[in-house]
Amino acid sequence: MTTNPKGRLRAPSELGVGALLFLLGVLVLTDALTLDVEVTARGPVGPATVPLLVGCGLLVVAVLLALDVLHGGRGEAEGGEDVDLDAPADWRTVLLLVGVFLGFAVLIGPLGFPVSGALLFWGAAYALGSRHPARDPLIAAVLSLLTYGVFDRLLGVPLPGGPLMGVL
Amino acid sequence: MESLNSLMDGFGTALTPVNLLWAAVGVLLGTAIGVLPGIGPAMAVALLLPVTYGLEPTGAFIMFAGIYYGAMFGGSTTSILLNTPGESAAVVAAMEGHPMAKAGRGAQALAAAAIGHFTGGMIGTMLLVVLAPTVASLAVDIGAPDYFALMVLAFIAVTSVLGSSRIRGVASLLIGLTLGLVGLDQLTGQQRLTFGSLQLADGIDVVIVAVGLFAIGEALWVAAHLRRTAGRPVPVGRPWLGREDLRRTWKPWLRGPFLGFPFGAIPAGGAEIPTFLSYVTEKRLSKHGDQFGKGAIEGVAGPESAASASAAGTLVSMLTLGLPTTAVAAVMLAAFQQYGIQPGPLLFEREPELVWGLIASLFVGMVLLLALNLPLAPVWAKLLRIPRPYLYAGILFFAAVGAYAVGGEALDLVVLLVVGLLGLGMRRYGLPVLPAVIGVILGPAAEQQLRRALQISDGSVTGLVNTPFSVTVYAVVLLLLLWPLLRKAVTRRRTAA
Repeated sequence: MTTNPKGRLRAPSELGVGALLFLLGVLVLTDALTLDVEVTARGPVGPATVPLLVGCGLLVVAVLLALDVLHGGRGEAEGGEDVDLDAPADWRTVLLLVGVFLGFAVLIGPLGFPVSGALLFWGAAYALGSRHPARDPLIAAVLSLLTYGVFDRLLGVPLPGGPLMGVL
Repeated sequence: MESLNSLMDGFGTALTPVNLLWAAVGVLLGTAIGVLPGIGPAMAVALLLPVTYGLEPTGAFIMFAGIYYGAMFGGSTTSILLNTPGESAAVVAAMEGHPMAKAGRGAQALAAAAIGHFTGGMIGTMLLVVLAPTVASLAVDIGAPDYFALMVLAFIAVTSVLGSSRIRGVASLLIGLTLGLVGLDQLTGQQRLTFGSLQLADGIDVVIVAVGLFAIGEALWVAAHLRRTAGRPVPVGRPWLGREDLRRTWKPWLRGPFLGFPFGAIPAGGAEIPTFLSYVTEKRLSKHGDQFGKGAIEGVAGPESAASASAAGTLVSMLTLGLPTTAVAAVMLAAFQQYGIQPGPLLFEREPELVWGLIASLFVGMVLLLALNLPLAPVWAKLLRIPRPYLYAGILFFAAVGAYAVGGEALDLVVLLVVGLLGLGMRRYGLPVLPAVIGVILGPAAEQQLRRALQISDGSVTGLVNTPFSVTVYAVVLLLLLWPLLRKAVTRRRTAA
């Protein structure tokens, strides 16, 4: 095993992936075993067979992954065009984005798409570091109204207009 | 000859003004989204899926074909001008294309890529026209055990050919299969993994899984590691090629498809392998071998042509067998399922108008692509300057629109976010995303074929291997599984000798 501080920090967190897969396997197996197989089984293979296979597969993979990690194997974090893997992960931004997105899910009903969509874009851009007090909300509003118009009116994909569209 | 007549009918469908409009819109949208840094073809297609919801199937798929080819071309523009390939297939384009752009030959690199896409797509689609009906008619007779074997092959190929770690590929596949289990069992109607929730009884929509894993997962992952100084794109003028460049590129353009098409049709990761093979071939055959690595135009022309032809090859197995071999094909299969259409050998009989309209619109789309992209390239290049906060906020925005448009339910947005967080975790720990998507899409179908096959054989496992076809497929599967061991044995013998 590596002795550098980064390696020591990473091993336990990647073991967590194995643990999660194991838990998922247990969940799938419990669900499969509580199925009411006898009553409705048609043919030799009932609804529980494939979940049982998948659940066992998850348990095996969880153990193998844990062994791989203990032997020094590491999952390669995915690179990308705008990804800087040398910088420490910025989980605050991710949490902010999750919050903004959940806010959108809550608000789309009462406020309608144009308003909540604009808030989503503005909030996400703010979380990602954009700080233009006038330009950001303007782009958000235009994008959201335009999207609403194109989808709801032109393409026939219904989106809720909300009170704003009731007024306009 | 029969397929030629059908193709003519297909052109009749594709060339109506409305469908021509959808093709043009698709090509433009696909290129615009594909050019944006950080967006590969799979994410572009997933994000643009809701655009087609209001259309009837034929128009939707014509638009879709345009999006696919447009996004692929857009991706190579990004590679060449920014040196940041959005997906593995465009890596090779960046190797020669970016040095060319830096040396002031960006216009030539873009032209070589655009015409390469056109040539490769044309040859590939012609091969599709010739081969697809034959494959479909051969496949009409294959039964449940054969389908199951093919799906097992897809599962094994996607986990063991791609990525650096097999165990992580398998983990990803199993996550996908688990997501696919959620909902009512197709045969008995029993609730599986729904935990009593009515919304989950319908299952998790494939589109939400694809958008969540590709778009939300990627946006959140980038947010966690956002590069504070974005790369600077090289400015470029209108693409053109001189006579000397043409002399160097026409052979690579024509050679590329014959590497790309076959690799696209088999489950071997799409364009990744053939683009690399084409690169190596051109390097060996070129008289300018010393220029490779410093901006050899052959190294752009050949691989781009191969990539485009491999997209056509992908469509052969997707349309005739219902077997997606790349992420884009997986999303396209999801789109077919949205319309209640099951791709497979019977598709050519049941939906001739749709299939041949789609194939004809591939030709139309490529002509449009070439006609639009050569003059518009400087405009596309401007898109590379988009501020990153707007780009990733926009991805979240359109992903949300797409997920909401599926069923008009706010709960779907929460599911999307959860799947997105899963995608974030998978990127963090090096679990590839594609096996999970393939698992969600093919898992339920594979289970159905498995149960059907075992029902026919009355529960005997031999029912899975009682046809020559399925035995052959399992032999290939075994070869794939044992390949690392075989390779080790071969290299050991070589070093011993």
